[in-house]
Amino acid sequence: MTAQQDITADTWTVAGRTFSSRLIVGTGKYKSLEENAAAVEASGAEIVTVAVRRVNISDPNQPRLTDFIDPKKVTYLPNTAGCFTAEDAIRTLRLAREAGGWNLVKLEVLGEAKTLYPDMRETLRATEVLVKEGFEPMVYCVDDPIAAKQLEEAGAVAIMPLGAPIGSGLGIQNRVTIRLIVEGAGVPVLVDAGVGTASDAAQAMELGCDGVLMNTAIAEAKDPVLMARAMKAAVEAGRLAYLAGRMQKRRYADPSSPLAGLI
Amino acid sequence: MGIDGRVGIRVNGEHRRVPDGISITEMLNEIGIDPARVAVERNLEIVPRSSLSELCVENGDNYEIVHFVGGG
Repeated sequence: MTAQQDITADTWTVAGRTFSSRLIVGTGKYKSLEENAAAVEASGAEIVTVAVRRVNISDPNQPRLTDFIDPKKVTYLPNTAGCFTAEDAIRTLRLAREAGGWNLVKLEVLGEAKTLYPDMRETLRATEVLVKEGFEPMVYCVDDPIAAKQLEEAGAVAIMPLGAPIGSGLGIQNRVTIRLIVEGAGVPVLVDAGVGTASDAAQAMELGCDGVLMNTAIAEAKDPVLMARAMKAAVEAGRLAYLAGRMQKRRYADPSSPLAGLI
Repeated sequence: MGIDGRVGIRVNGEHRRVPDGISITEMLNEIGIDPARVAVERNLEIVPRSSLSELCVENGDNYEIVHFVGGG
């Protein structure tokens, strides 16, 4: 891509679906469905993650997410948040496929409640089963280049390493492993979890990630809609910087004004 | 089936009594759930949407009725 090209021409593709926005946002933790919808709008996201939960049968007519965020306009990516075994995750996604009618899903299998760190043994097992059943799983994982390779070999359609623990907002803790995952992957890589503010999102994109997935950084900002705008700009800025190719770092100064002609 | 012509089932962990012989669609309607907006699991098996109106609720069935909610 040259500098003259429009940024809108810079798309990415996952499992045969092409998107312009490289920001995927969650739909949890918002004060209201109205605020949630406004933040999604401001973020420019074309994909939102959603959870699969029991209908409240004592009050089945509560306001619904689908009334505020139209699944025909925004791709719903059902997740398996809260699942701690491969079986629970697979069961959840079978239900999600029936509810939504599509195969593109986000798999996460957690290892423990304290860190919400992924259990990679269960995650890999679930990936294998889901792929056999025709799912297209985008997989949340540790920032480990070998685990990422194994997931890709098992049929993951995207690799989504954590930058830091879910909901921590600590930013990308290991830039080296994220870069190694990007360099080794043949499928899209998205940093999922750990982003706290705009510079974290830009950093993920500068490392060459295809996108960033976040929820809490927007939902728990003092002004979520404004933060959604900030994240949109950060993801675009980071992507452009990656494409532009940053300057080499130097150990010492190098003047920007010519030395010749100095009075 | 009880003497009242109703059968006992569990829906999302709660015990319910519904008329014997009704379809799953009718059971959902009785609870006030729009079948088009949910996914149904009966006794750990997914019930395809196309079968909801054909399959009858049976005594002792265990249902999970789910939908999409906000999440990360």
